[in-house]
Amino acid sequence: MPHGTFLRFIFPSLAAMILFIALPIISIAIQSLYVEHEQVLIVTENCGPFGCTPSTTIDQQATQALRDAEPLGRFNGLGTYTNRSHLAFAEVSAAWAASDGIGDFLGRLMNLPFYKALAFTLSYTAIVTPLVLILGLMIALAVNALPKMVKGPTIFFTLLPMIVTPLIASLILFWMIDARGIIGASLQNLTGDPNLSLKASPTLTWITLFVYGVWHSAPFAFIVFYAGLQTVSEETLEAAMIDGASRWQRVRHVTLPHLMPLVIFITLIQLMDNFRVFEPIVGFSAEANATSLSWIIFDDLRNEAGALFGSAAATSVLTIIGVAILLTPVVIRTWRDFNRKRV
Amino acid sequence: MTIFRTLLATSALAASAGAVWAEGHGCGIESGRINILANDFPALRAVVDRAETCATGGVEFSSNLTTEHKDIQVAALSANPAEYTAAIVANASILPLMNEGLIRPLDDLVAEHGQNLSPTQLITINGQVMAVAFMANAQHLFVREDILAEAGIEIPTTYEQVIEAAAAIEEAGIMDDPFAMNTAVGWNLAEEFVNMYLGLGGEFFEPGTANVAINNETGIQALEMLSQVNAYADPDFLTFDSNATGALWESGELALAVMWGSRGSTILDDEGSTEEVTSNTRLVAAPTVGGGDRPASTLWWDGFTISANISDEDAEATFIALVNGIDPALMEDHNDKAVWLIEGYQPGPAAEGVATTAQMGTAPYPMLPYMGLLHTALGNELAEFMQGTESAEQALADVEAAYTTTAREQGYIQ
Repeated sequence: MPHGTFLRFIFPSLAAMILFIALPIISIAIQSLYVEHEQVLIVTENCGPFGCTPSTTIDQQATQALRDAEPLGRFNGLGTYTNRSHLAFAEVSAAWAASDGIGDFLGRLMNLPFYKALAFTLSYTAIVTPLVLILGLMIALAVNALPKMVKGPTIFFTLLPMIVTPLIASLILFWMIDARGIIGASLQNLTGDPNLSLKASPTLTWITLFVYGVWHSAPFAFIVFYAGLQTVSEETLEAAMIDGASRWQRVRHVTLPHLMPLVIFITLIQLMDNFRVFEPIVGFSAEANATSLSWIIFDDLRNEAGALFGSAAATSVLTIIGVAILLTPVVIRTWRDFNRKRV
Repeated sequence: MTIFRTLLATSALAASAGAVWAEGHGCGIESGRINILANDFPALRAVVDRAETCATGGVEFSSNLTTEHKDIQVAALSANPAEYTAAIVANASILPLMNEGLIRPLDDLVAEHGQNLSPTQLITINGQVMAVAFMANAQHLFVREDILAEAGIEIPTTYEQVIEAAAAIEEAGIMDDPFAMNTAVGWNLAEEFVNMYLGLGGEFFEPGTANVAINNETGIQALEMLSQVNAYADPDFLTFDSNATGALWESGELALAVMWGSRGSTILDDEGSTEEVTSNTRLVAAPTVGGGDRPASTLWWDGFTISANISDEDAEATFIALVNGIDPALMEDHNDKAVWLIEGYQPGPAAEGVATTAQMGTAPYPMLPYMGLLHTALGNELAEFMQGTESAEQALADVEAAYTTTAREQGYIQ
């Protein structure tokens, strides 16, 4: 394809990507370098139904003058990135100096909101991604072996967890795992512990969220693998069978290598999705035990005193960097495969 | 709270006068745009519905009642012209609007159209009327008289007695986990700490500055009381919001609960619960704590504000409609939906809790521009202490550090 034609061909999507992806990211990166203006405070008297009290309010005119002078806010450089809500350099080095061993240091680190969220986000990504791949493949192989009659309905029901809106699904499960809900009450019966609560203990909350993540994303892996299975060469499979390969050996040596590009594709998508885990934390009211980077952004934007744009922007940039780091190995591998094929 | 008491006492006298005023008085608006943003609960729905009756002729009326109002109000009122001509706020949610200068002073409108408003309804900040309050709210104690009688205990008036009562109920084998309060991590848990801390006579900030000062004896005492009393709550208590505790109460699983007064009418009505629960439920004052005489609670008002970024014509139309919305005639049908601050209000059984809590001198929720930052920090940093994995000192130190970081970012501390 001549370069000119190619450019004209991709111009619309390129323009949309610049407009809706690149520019917002640049704007966020700039925003993260600024913080709010100094608020000029004055002491006044406030009166209401419960009497008058001396109080502090913001001097609107003086603060507005500051805002008009510098509409973007005060330049703070990387100050927002290094403060306690984010990378917390000062607090981390203080924790390092004060701790007597790596376990103690990690404990102190988990007391900082960003690292606490990062710990859950990384664990979620590391545990849910492989489980989704394995479970998705198992379901795909199982469904592929079903007789034609029941295949259609089975596929439909298997896809349901992905079709249901994540927030609704997590709310429904949240009620089911309640001590009075069907799952919660059954677990109490099974374990014989009337105080067992999936919502109260941090470990059980993490496990619940992981299970939810796998349940929600497995259908996606399943449907991709299932489509891939339709293209596995029958001849190779038959040849393997004649050579005396068992079912497991056929899967291991014929099907899996054939599906490898799909495994990489699903891994990429899942790494990105899981690193941005958010809905289940809200749906399960799990904030006490598990927070994620996306949840911190959400929380900053909903601050009682008004949105903390600089702080939210800094966490967003850190999330983008995190996704980039996670994806690098997978992308490098794909690039090598691509080059090898060309040669 | 003398003003509050006077308001309640003189209410009967003014009742008839108010009703007469309402009947012979059309709203008298010919044109203008009215769009109201408000929280979503029955009392506010009644006010907005009544305001809508003014929308005759050329008046353009719309409203958005949503529990997410706090998160859209600043953006929606920043636009010029503002999306909403009025926002119904409480003493905490008015602050972001004040901080950004998004609501206009109402002195001229009150002088012209507010003859029927009582002076105590006017929220005056720095000498200017910024909001008109029409209802009050507070968290207070709900008790089940039958359960208390069965366990042979009096209605508790202090948190120490609440603990004793809960222990007695558990010991007698009447109920497991008989106590609950709104302790969901986030805003709710922070509000419980604020209540407890003020009940113990604490001050949140160094006077005249935005420097936080809660890591002290009072703060530790407040946290310890919260932890002790929640030992008698269901282990899931860190997920309990107002809806959850209300449902638990209606299902008859609680004997003692600290809940919002505005939940009272929903709990006492004949829907969603049994006769046994509703007939034995009593709403009493919020308990005091640590020998103090001020209940461990905060007083809240709900009131309306008018956007700054709208034309004077729209502002006037909105003000007249909302003054009509809170006309005393409102209470003919909706008396029990709230503790109204409107003249002529006579508290029913559902208002008893808020009224006595107010009369005992409960502190109003602090109206400081940076209080919201502290509230958010409290909501995020107290969970570990409540789960028993962190000391009270460490939790309070974390709150102070989190607050100071955000306060610096927002320009309150240099």
